[in-house]
Amino acid sequence: MGEKRTVYLDHSATTYVRKEVLDAMVPYFTDHFGNPSSIYHIAGVSRKAIDTARAQVAKALGAGPEEIYFTSGGSESDNWAIKGIASANVKKGNHIITTKIEHHAVLHTCQFLEKNGFAVTYLPVDKYGLVDPAELERAITDKTILISIMYANNEIGTIEPIAELGAIARKHKVPFHTDAVQAIGNVKIDVNTQNIDLLSLSAHKFYGPKGVGVLYIRKGTKIDNLIHGGGQERRRRAGTENIAGIVGCGKAIELATADIEGHNKRIRALRDRLLAGIQAKIPDTHLNGHPEKRLPGNINISFEFIEGESMLLWLDDEGICASTGSACTSGSLEPSHVLLATGLPVEISHGSLRLTLGNVNTDADVDLVLDVLPKVVSRLREMSPLYKGKKGGCNVQ
Amino acid sequence: MYSDKVMDHFKNPRNVGEIENASGVGEVGNPVCGDIMNIYLTIENNIITDAKFKTFGCGAAIASSSMATELVKGKTLEEAWEVSNKAVAEALEGLPPVKMHCSVLAEEGIHKAINDYRKKQGLEPWVEKNPHSHEHEGATCDH
Repeated sequence: MGEKRTVYLDHSATTYVRKEVLDAMVPYFTDHFGNPSSIYHIAGVSRKAIDTARAQVAKALGAGPEEIYFTSGGSESDNWAIKGIASANVKKGNHIITTKIEHHAVLHTCQFLEKNGFAVTYLPVDKYGLVDPAELERAITDKTILISIMYANNEIGTIEPIAELGAIARKHKVPFHTDAVQAIGNVKIDVNTQNIDLLSLSAHKFYGPKGVGVLYIRKGTKIDNLIHGGGQERRRRAGTENIAGIVGCGKAIELATADIEGHNKRIRALRDRLLAGIQAKIPDTHLNGHPEKRLPGNINISFEFIEGESMLLWLDDEGICASTGSACTSGSLEPSHVLLATGLPVEISHGSLRLTLGNVNTDADVDLVLDVLPKVVSRLREMSPLYKGKKGGCNVQ
Repeated sequence: MYSDKVMDHFKNPRNVGEIENASGVGEVGNPVCGDIMNIYLTIENNIITDAKFKTFGCGAAIASSSMATELVKGKTLEEAWEVSNKAVAEALEGLPPVKMHCSVLAEEGIHKAINDYRKKQGLEPWVEKNPHSHEHEGATCDH
């Protein structure tokens, strides 16, 4: 037995920073540290670097560089989009439409607005986590000022029909925001053909640094500022620019979107083998999310009769990093709102495991999980009083 | 997040299993809340001579079951009744605040098994001094 190796299967939580990205960033910590707002020559280097990054992001989204605003990350972008649209359009209406499966950066922002006089419709999803476009259209009223629907779900990986949903928003002249934090690098995004007016992204989900993100705002969109102060980002987002982070974000999105097809093919092959192996080796499982319309690296699967945190602890003991929708890891004591929204029974939600594959994963990683996971599941089932009931009741296998 | 002691009892749980024809059985928890504990006791001459458990739950729930069964073995029923959730948590070198309810569940499981035995013997069940509902600190699992 050699050193225990780490098998990282939580790429939806965060990714490492790619070497090329880090190399691009480093000079902006040391040599080119000038404040872009200053007028001397070294400030110009910083300004130019930001312009380059802005162009890289714009290209990846099919947007104009003047529509790209750098932020501190996905949560800020979501807050800005929702609060900024709400406050700028409050005279027009007070109704916002979103879904039950959004990230908390969207959900909690909407709940905050509800306390401040806004009305929010949380659209349901089907058992795969898909939003029904007809349901969206029915929910729109003459008071609706914003529709916010995530591009791809962070837990179950379901990819929403964004172009179709955006078309409905456009038809009714309601700004359409999408949290695309999980989608970048996995799905080809074009804000024009997909009818997107605002889009949030976060660099650390696609091999860039943490602490930097983007809000794309379509030209002409009526939106207030979130962060007030200096005149940075064309007076839209105050605060001295995180130059190295912005450079990293630009480089990372360029690399992540250079060959989406090739990346997907490789990750999906590993994912499919892992999923098929798990389903073949372990009985009484339930795949969460859509069988096809899902992120290439995502597996979210529930194991009946056992609880997710105890699975994670055993997997971690074998070097495997994963996550779960069980209440017992969140501190909130409620299982995942996403799994519950798909209609999964609460007790089965507690037994969910999310494995998200990425660039570092190999066939050997898949083999290790397929060796370890069945043992973990059967060990926990052996001590589960629920499993005993099942065996007594209907003779497993 | 867990102490070494919790991880030890999670990874090498003591007393896993069932006791056939147990003197007393305590079933507590709720699958909807994410934890269920079944405690089995063998009681001879008022002394717990064996204790086993089966648990569906997180690491803290499994470790609490393991520790609670260890603590009550060899004790008289009166002594075992006094084993509090705090004693279980302390023996585990502490539990994170959100996991304290797991030790509460273990105490309840032991109490329920003892009273199951007492009822079978035609004795009055003992009354909980500090009745815990199966509530989590602050939040209630209200399903």
